[in-house]
Amino acid sequence: MPEMTYRDALNLALKEEMRRDPTVVTWGEDVALYEGSFKVTRGLLAEFGEERVKDTPISENTIIGVAIGAAMGGLRPIAELMTVNFALLAMDQLINHMTKIRYMFGGQVNLPMVVRAPGGGGSQLAAQHSQSLETFFMHAPGMHVLVPATPADARGLLKSAIRDNNPVMFLEHELLYNSKGEVPEDPEFTVPLGKAEVKREGKDVTIVAYSRMTVLALAAADTLAKEGIFCEVVDLRSLAPLDTETFVVSARKTGRAVVVEECWRTAGLGGHLASLIYEGCFDSLRAPVRRVSGLDVPMPYSRKLERLCIPQEEDIVAAVKETLKAQY
Amino acid sequence: MDSKLRAILPDHDLLRMYEQMVLCREFEESCAEQYTKGHITGFLHLYSGQEAVAVGSTHALHKDDYILSAYREHAQAIVRGADPRRVMAELFGKSTGICKGKGGSMHLFDPELSFMGGYAIVGGQFPIACGLAFASKFRKENRVAACFFGDGAVNQGTFHEGLNWARLWELPVLFVCENNFYGIGTAVGRASALADIHKRACGYDIPAVRVDGMDVMAVYEAVKHGAEWVRENSRPYLIEAVTYRFRGHSMADPGKYRPVAEVELWKARDPIPGFARRLVEEGVVTQKELDGILVKARVTVAEAVRFAEESPWPEDGEVYTDIYV
Repeated sequence: MPEMTYRDALNLALKEEMRRDPTVVTWGEDVALYEGSFKVTRGLLAEFGEERVKDTPISENTIIGVAIGAAMGGLRPIAELMTVNFALLAMDQLINHMTKIRYMFGGQVNLPMVVRAPGGGGSQLAAQHSQSLETFFMHAPGMHVLVPATPADARGLLKSAIRDNNPVMFLEHELLYNSKGEVPEDPEFTVPLGKAEVKREGKDVTIVAYSRMTVLALAAADTLAKEGIFCEVVDLRSLAPLDTETFVVSARKTGRAVVVEECWRTAGLGGHLASLIYEGCFDSLRAPVRRVSGLDVPMPYSRKLERLCIPQEEDIVAAVKETLKAQY
Repeated sequence: MDSKLRAILPDHDLLRMYEQMVLCREFEESCAEQYTKGHITGFLHLYSGQEAVAVGSTHALHKDDYILSAYREHAQAIVRGADPRRVMAELFGKSTGICKGKGGSMHLFDPELSFMGGYAIVGGQFPIACGLAFASKFRKENRVAACFFGDGAVNQGTFHEGLNWARLWELPVLFVCENNFYGIGTAVGRASALADIHKRACGYDIPAVRVDGMDVMAVYEAVKHGAEWVRENSRPYLIEAVTYRFRGHSMADPGKYRPVAEVELWKARDPIPGFARRLVEEGVVTQKELDGILVKARVTVAEAVRFAEESPWPEDGEVYTDIYV
């Protein structure tokens, strides 16, 4: 299998789906002539033209609302939000409209649309450009929420998202764009929505993670393996639908679980995952579920402080060792 | 005597417009009654007084032009062709409702009629109308997206974003403001720095006109011209229809913020008897025929109420359907 970056894998998925289906269109701030602020849309304008690849005003709420209308009208729009932080300007269209329209109109209309949004912290972009808002979206029924960690999943999930007939929030991680990995060559390669993947098998502790946190979890598992501790890493890939069975089965097998979330700890998705593990396999647990989370603070700019706020590999290693100390 | 009305439309259409205005009024007044009986619950915003806007506009549009509106939209849906029985059933929350009882009064929708929804977040429909217009243009369907909204919506960001976007992308959107002078209880002059709403369009290089929204033929002619201009130029156009609601904002609002004299002045301009007088004066119809139209409308509404009452509630399992495809 060829190696490619997460960015190129996303770019390939966009091109493949736009070639495959002439109703796929995309727009956002600087996506066309500038080719995307993270260059994910590189080459799209040249290949597909101004009718299908469009720059927009800085009007995030309307970027989403126009996609909703276009999806109602028979197209398959992909709206790019320059960063997920700007989704907060579009929450009216995302939550009050996109996730409600099918239901409140009695199932008479589908919204086959994708909202792409890069996010996450770690680039010293300070408080307003470093947020991890996945819990916000996961909380609202009516959309799928995808969080790929690898180039292969990025490509496979984006292709599935574009083909799906539901609204999909596709959360890319800014620090993963340059990461490399093997990606299948098959142009029909897709990854199903709502299927977690056991990225590494192990017998001692289950680590549940997503997006960049999966990459850190795998690194932590490597480190721990050298000490004779074998972790099973479950990569959620999809937060909605959530594949509860895969991580509960794993936790039941190992008897110990660590959940890793980049978002804030308070009312974050990690607490929800922990409760699902307790509900699903309480009798099999031999230690309390540990949470590794972002700190409950606005992101500071200084490199030294920023690092404290985002889960690191050593935090995951420490959490795994904590679960091994406990013995129910 | 020469008929000015007949110079615009044939008798059949004139009568149809009158019938629909009467039907809408009777429907809304019946809704008020059903609300006081507790059969309709939740929010209920009635259209009484504004009928000339929905009827004049809808007659001027093509059947496949998209219509979007806000939450005072029963009349928009019925005039577009929605079955009054299924609209009433929706208001009752019954399974036979136009949206299976899941949307209620504020969220009527029927894609078969190109009626693309009632939206209850003020200004939510602007971007969606732009998106439908984009799809129409992209697919070369030549459909106009008619986007109805109130005077209260023009201070939302989506109004300005939507107007800018529609002009920038050259989208076939017809913006129709139903200016009834109040956003709930706040008069337009207490909310808008520029209360002449049509003048705001010039900031986005969009042509705009103001029209008497109590005159169904004036609305018809303005929308006819506006929609054809939009279709020919593939560019947005804005119409401000000046109108008035005879009731409060919703059934929960006694409307004490409006001077009695003001309400009475507007009621004297009621679009329905005004149009009736012209129809009789110009010999299009007799008073007896008009009386027959009222009786027929009341029968239709009574049937709608009976249908809604007799319809079953949704099954419990419906709570989980229609979220995802």
